Amino acid sequence: MANPSTKAVLDPLFENNPIALQVLGICSALAVTTKLETSIVMCAAVIFVLTLSNFSISLIRDSIPSSIRIIVQLTIIASLVIVADQLLKAYLYEISKQLSVFVGLIITNCIIMGRAEAFAMQNGPALSVADGLGNGFGYSVVLLITGAIRELFGAGKLMGYTVLPVVTEGGWYNPNGIMLTSAGAFFIIGFLIWGLRVWKPDQIEEEG
Amino acid sequence: MQHSVKYTILFAAAVCVACAILVSTSAVSLADLQDANALLDKRKNVLLAAGLIEEGQRVTAADVEKLFENVKAVAVDLESGELAADVNVETYDQQKAKMDPATSYEAPPNPSVIKRLPNSAVVYHVLGAQGQIEMIVLPIEGYGLWGTLYGFLALDVDTTTVRGLTYYQHKETPGLGGEVDNPRWKGLWPGRIAFDENGEVAIQVIKGQAGPPSSDPHHVDGLGGATITSRGVTNMLRFWLGENGFATYLEKFRQGRQVS
Repeated sequence: MANPSTKAVLDPLFENNPIALQVLGICSALAVTTKLETSIVMCAAVIFVLTLSNFSISLIRDSIPSSIRIIVQLTIIASLVIVADQLLKAYLYEISKQLSVFVGLIITNCIIMGRAEAFAMQNGPALSVADGLGNGFGYSVVLLITGAIRELFGAGKLMGYTVLPVVTEGGWYNPNGIMLTSAGAFFIIGFLIWGLRVWKPDQIEEEG
Repeated sequence: MQHSVKYTILFAAAVCVACAILVSTSAVSLADLQDANALLDKRKNVLLAAGLIEEGQRVTAADVEKLFENVKAVAVDLESGELAADVNVETYDQQKAKMDPATSYEAPPNPSVIKRLPNSAVVYHVLGAQGQIEMIVLPIEGYGLWGTLYGFLALDVDTTTVRGLTYYQHKETPGLGGEVDNPRWKGLWPGRIAFDENGEVAIQVIKGQAGPPSSDPHHVDGLGGATITSRGVTNMLRFWLGENGFATYLEKFRQGRQVS
């Protein structure tokens, strides 16, 4: 993968996944993944904010006085998050109600600040957009897998459509309640990280 | 890179102005859509409580508009139980009124952790084909486990038979207390009787299973693993159907003093 943009987009998927390797952004990954639908919208919102924040911070990176760079980054991110939240309230009202505070909490999502500080401050706008997209996708991969597993085994549904008919509605599947609690998400993400590190052993941290 | 203090301050100001413009532009330009959504959502939930639309049914804004032609919102003075004619129900926001000392009063201590009550509450009358009142939809709210649940209770025109209960906003645990949204549980409510022969609020969410409405009219199945949410539902129904809630209004309604 010689092209740096391609690499910036593809690397965070599995090689350098923000959740699985860097273990960032766990809080929202636990909170919004009880259903696949909310997971998808959350991913879209994060990709939107991350890409645009990387882009705009990269554009002005040489002009930002280093003494106030963190607060400048935060101001830009916070503004973008508010815009994302407003857009959801206007066009996807039902889902924005379910996501409630977690859209607002994208501001504190470590992935976004992390990419702004670690990547967009050093690289050009095009590459930063690629990096934003890549990390957004990396975050999404984990969220979508977690969301699908939790909804399927916790409620017997996918995207709100019944896949496994549950006992309480006359079916045969007895839903696993732990999947719907945050603890369930912890287990799934733990297993995902384990699986990824078995597949790519170089991601295993050295024991100190 | 080192920058002068003046540059730093100017830069910070420029970033703030640019961000402020971005945020305020989006907020102002999307406000109409958002207000329309909020109104639509509220109406949808009134219709859900009244059983005029089904849970999960895909309804368009036009459908809701059409169904709502048979619903009349009225403002009720909570203390006197009279209709509050001076309140414009189109623009009145009960939640905002609750925050303003001029339009609200302190609630007596209650297990639903309701601190203030608005002077007027918006009640919905569902009208039949001839314009007669068929159902009364009351707004209710009260504390569950994690936060306040907001919903609607639909009563028959006899003011005691429950026609439906729905929550449009809550923070209960998904799969446990969050099952207040479960259509199957909500389906247990229609036909239950809210008051006993003495006019006391008798409706209660019990532990375990209740019988069918015909043999066990005052009880509803508890939510498994959600004792506190179940208790919260009972508490808020007792509050809102009781003397601090809509009891006076319902009493006057029964006496036929009010004509819609």
